[in-house]
Amino acid sequence: MALENTAIQEKLVETFAGDVFNFQEERDIFSFEINAKNNTAIILFLKNDPELRFHFLTDLCGIHYPDNPIDRQFAVVYHLHNWYENKRIRIKAFLNGENPEIKTVSNIFLTANWMERETYDFFGVNFIGHPQLKRILNMDEMVSFPMRKEFPMEDGGRTDKDDRFFGRTIDNC
Amino acid sequence: MSELLLPPEHRYAKIIKERSNEDGSELSILNLGPTHPATHGIFQNILLMDGERILDAEPTIGYIHRAFEKIAENRPFYQITPLTDRMNYCSSPINNMGWWMTLEKLLNIEVPKRAQYLRVIVMELARITDHLICNSILGVDTGAYSGFLYVFQFREKVYEIYEEICGARLTTNMGRIGGFERDWSPKAFELLNTFLEEFPVAWKEFENLFERNRIFIDRTVNVGAISAEKAMAYGFTGPNLRAAGVDYDVRVAQPYSSYEDFDFKIPVGKSGDTYDRFCVRNAEVWESLSIIRQALDKMPEGNEYHADVPDYYLPPKEDVYHNMESLIYHFKIVMGEVPVPVAEIYHPVEGGNGEIGFYLITDGSRTPYRLHFRRPCFIYYQAYPEMIKGALLSDAIVILSSLNVIAGELDA
Repeated sequence: MALENTAIQEKLVETFAGDVFNFQEERDIFSFEINAKNNTAIILFLKNDPELRFHFLTDLCGIHYPDNPIDRQFAVVYHLHNWYENKRIRIKAFLNGENPEIKTVSNIFLTANWMERETYDFFGVNFIGHPQLKRILNMDEMVSFPMRKEFPMEDGGRTDKDDRFFGRTIDNC
Repeated sequence: MSELLLPPEHRYAKIIKERSNEDGSELSILNLGPTHPATHGIFQNILLMDGERILDAEPTIGYIHRAFEKIAENRPFYQITPLTDRMNYCSSPINNMGWWMTLEKLLNIEVPKRAQYLRVIVMELARITDHLICNSILGVDTGAYSGFLYVFQFREKVYEIYEEICGARLTTNMGRIGGFERDWSPKAFELLNTFLEEFPVAWKEFENLFERNRIFIDRTVNVGAISAEKAMAYGFTGPNLRAAGVDYDVRVAQPYSSYEDFDFKIPVGKSGDTYDRFCVRNAEVWESLSIIRQALDKMPEGNEYHADVPDYYLPPKEDVYHNMESLIYHFKIVMGEVPVPVAEIYHPVEGGNGEIGFYLITDGSRTPYRLHFRRPCFIYYQAYPEMIKGALLSDAIVILSSLNVIAGELDA
């Protein structure tokens, strides 16, 4: 493979210094973290740099980490793919737990439009500058963000089902 | 009239108010869906029309959203396969196998060659049914019913093969971590061989009915065309992207389940219009048939159909009754108490409609910490409003069915 992880890392660190960090090869995907404030510049650079050419946004989704410190409770994950060299990378941007917001990349990748709407719908992440940030899969009247960990999957008042008999507690299921 | 259908603050209401044609006609709103007989699935589109022409569309999705990602966070790993079935239900085995391969990547399990080849066969069968449905339904939408009736019996034949392999037909829930739940019966191979003999004849005839058919060509050429750049920007993958001329296929870019052992072409189109999508799918069916034949020819001897991973693979039922070890494994697996490393995995497979990705985050517990499905339909359906702009209403229906948007995958 022509495009080496170290080359990507060097190029990014050279341009963005402390905004890109925690580089690691995670199984088969090279992944790193970015400073959420600078996400558009970094992703645009990855897309347009003549050597990196990460021109395809494979996937964008959110993750909730309620046990993390307050400024790292949400993450937005970008999977980028360079088809010329067949190289994938994963980028994580951690966001504040109380006011999760990040700039939109829908003007860089058209496909991010609905992916960001989906992330907003499920996690309540505010994508600044998004052209139409409203719910997509859930109904408009919904007030909560169902993929957050605190959102219960079942009606808490249910009495016909006792999971304790199966070794399950609130913590391990 | 239009004011009655839309709230006054809706952007279309504003456009209608501001714009009136010189001849006194006015723009109108047409509500297509959610349950329209011509759209196969539950899609709603509010169309802004000038006579028969579509000026703009606003899709609403989520009518069959079932919160699979949330449910998956509360289920042990082996109970997530039934959820994957219900995404693209036209080719559920691909989703099933994709999910098992994700877990095998997580657990570093090496699947025996024979099981990998069996998987390839069943995945290619699924691709054939997926394309068969899409193309024959496209025929129906252009007014040609007989092609559909003619090839649809072969979907039935494929379902009989599934039934022989796993007992189910549509939502297959097929396979286990490490391979299949049982070896394929001689009957399954017999049905497969019959299928390989009979289906190509019918498919050739189906192609002949459409490919040079004047009416079909008039309805599909230059309808819903999308350029390669636009398609990539919109995240297209699979046949819809290849119809625009980009030869990206996960089976070649990142071979899984021994796809590198087989010799096959990636058909590509040129203009990315409905006709090209139809032709690419047709050609892919031939390639799939060829892959199945190669897999049968190269099939390794023996009867290995799963990896030897007692921690994750259910022991035979007789042993569970008579053997302590097996009983323990059985109990632990069924209760979901299996050792799982902490990791983040992304595994893509080439589904019927493009790259199906499984992004799995584990924290060492019995369930995924987070599981995200990259669903190709969801991603490329957002290009639909742009693709139907300027088209006729009847073209919009044809474009929708040629994109093969499956509601289950769209809404997850």
